[in-house]
Amino acid sequence: MIRIEGLTKEYNGVKTLKEIDLEIRAGEIFTFIGPSGSGKTTILRLIDLLDRPSSGKIFFDGKDTTVSEALQLPIRRRMGMVFQKPAVLNTTVAENVAFGLKFRGMSRQEIAKEVPAALDLVGLLHFADRRAPTLSGGEMQRVAIARAVVTEPEVLILDEPTANLDPVSSDLIEDLIVCINKKSGTTIVMSTHDMIQGQRLADRIGVIMDGRLVQAASPGEIFYQPAGREIARFVGIDAITGGLVTENREGHALIRVGDNTFEALTDVKEGQRTVLYIRPEEVSLTLADTSRGKSSVRNQFTGKITKIIPSGPFVRVVVDCGFVLAALITRRSCTELGLTVGTTVVTGVKATAIHVLPDKDKKANG
Amino acid sequence: MDDIVQGINQAINLIVTLNPDVMHIAVLSLSISLSATILAAVIAIPLGGFIHFHEFYGKRALLVLIQTLYSVPTVVVGLVIYLMISKAGPLGFLGLLFTPAGMILGQTVLIIPIMLGLVISALSGVDRGISDTLVALGATGFQKIVEIVKEARYAILGAVVLGFGRAIAEVGVAMMIGGNIRDQTRVLTTAITLETGMGNFGFSIALGIILLVVALIVVVILNIITSGMSRDFLWNRGGSQG
Repeated sequence: MIRIEGLTKEYNGVKTLKEIDLEIRAGEIFTFIGPSGSGKTTILRLIDLLDRPSSGKIFFDGKDTTVSEALQLPIRRRMGMVFQKPAVLNTTVAENVAFGLKFRGMSRQEIAKEVPAALDLVGLLHFADRRAPTLSGGEMQRVAIARAVVTEPEVLILDEPTANLDPVSSDLIEDLIVCINKKSGTTIVMSTHDMIQGQRLADRIGVIMDGRLVQAASPGEIFYQPAGREIARFVGIDAITGGLVTENREGHALIRVGDNTFEALTDVKEGQRTVLYIRPEEVSLTLADTSRGKSSVRNQFTGKITKIIPSGPFVRVVVDCGFVLAALITRRSCTELGLTVGTTVVTGVKATAIHVLPDKDKKANG
Repeated sequence: MDDIVQGINQAINLIVTLNPDVMHIAVLSLSISLSATILAAVIAIPLGGFIHFHEFYGKRALLVLIQTLYSVPTVVVGLVIYLMISKAGPLGFLGLLFTPAGMILGQTVLIIPIMLGLVISALSGVDRGISDTLVALGATGFQKIVEIVKEARYAILGAVVLGFGRAIAEVGVAMMIGGNIRDQTRVLTTAITLETGMGNFGFSIALGIILLVVALIVVVILNIITSGMSRDFLWNRGGSQG
């Protein structure tokens, strides 16, 4: 649907996007995630043809979009965009939703038919005659979505649609996005800095960091097999560095980290340096004094708890086993096990839960 | 003290009896200043839009110049227009000196800068997000400009009203270009100057009151027209509210 080639954007000599290549497929939900200021808004604005790239090209449905403003208009009209901070015009909700149709020269009768349907979709039909500036942030965002959707775009672009919204409004908008995608087959291109949201909604995720697209893959791959240390850190995965593959038999490897040896599944060859990525929710904890019976968990290391950080219904327990390993467990199990800083525990990680990547910072055999 | 009391009594009498001299002066004043306001608005709104929506070399300097002209003395405008339209001037052949048409021209020139400047700042006051939103919704360049002007309508109305206020209240242009000729170019402000000089305080006070009432009526009507709101809306929530 959208093909991006070598896309670069400069503002006042600073490159905010660098050499991006990407293909967004028709009918999918594609989500850009990345820290604030990484270039997510920039790329969405370029896709919607609101700004022009400094170099590189975007093809919409096979058509080159680096054309004159007049030729861009019909392409832009096949898309809809919802901005992070929705701007409504100082008129009624219904008239706000009608703008896109009015611009396309649709008759009053047709507009009168389409607008209520769009408002109904976002659950704001009863607000049709309200003045739009009096709405709450979440309601304005829904108006913005109705306004974009009413033109039946082939591609709907949403820039951080739930940033600054309360959880209830966020859920509503997420449901709406999925519903639009499923019902009309609309291709959705959105951005978020909320990784969980990205994981929940997206068919594919593109990670943008410092203006570069560092990985584009399914949520499963991004969250369990990140392509680098920064992505891992961003998506909440702990990296253990300084591993050395000491043996690899048909993909079943032994990796030495300090005095400990991990078992993991990887293609990384013997003698190579590696980084191990482990999601904290895949790490189990048992008290050290419980006898260590036979277990299917291949990797068990004893260490002392150095930190306990509450996070919602979970706690993040950081254990020093010669290397630092974090486990995400429920508050309840933390209390039941009586864990405190200084408690000695045994951490367990399944061999399949470890994602191994060659360490790019260190040369092989180094 | 007696002068003031007597003057006020006389003024009420002149207004209540709809004195023909007073009415003639008021109607002439209103028609000249309203014509100048409409003419200036027709020029200043599109020109302001053009300046706002285009980037060009020297734009900042132009904005500073426009703002400087806000405070140009009315007599200076009077002098310049006088030189242009007097017999020997480049526009002398039009025969505009000492005519209402000449006064309209003078007041138009006088209030264009303030209207232009305020129209530009009214348009700049529209949230940048509105412009992006309109483009993203598929507006052509022209459709975008129309909607942004509509969005800024209250602030633009403010610019027009302020221009009218400056036009109807000024003396310099009216005196120098109109010449304060009885029944022809005598307007409220020039009449007040003359009558006060002659000691007819009642007449002057009556004209002063009328000047304020006329201004009030015009402002209220403009508010109602532009906001398209009921009288109730105007009274209860203010004309410039969303």
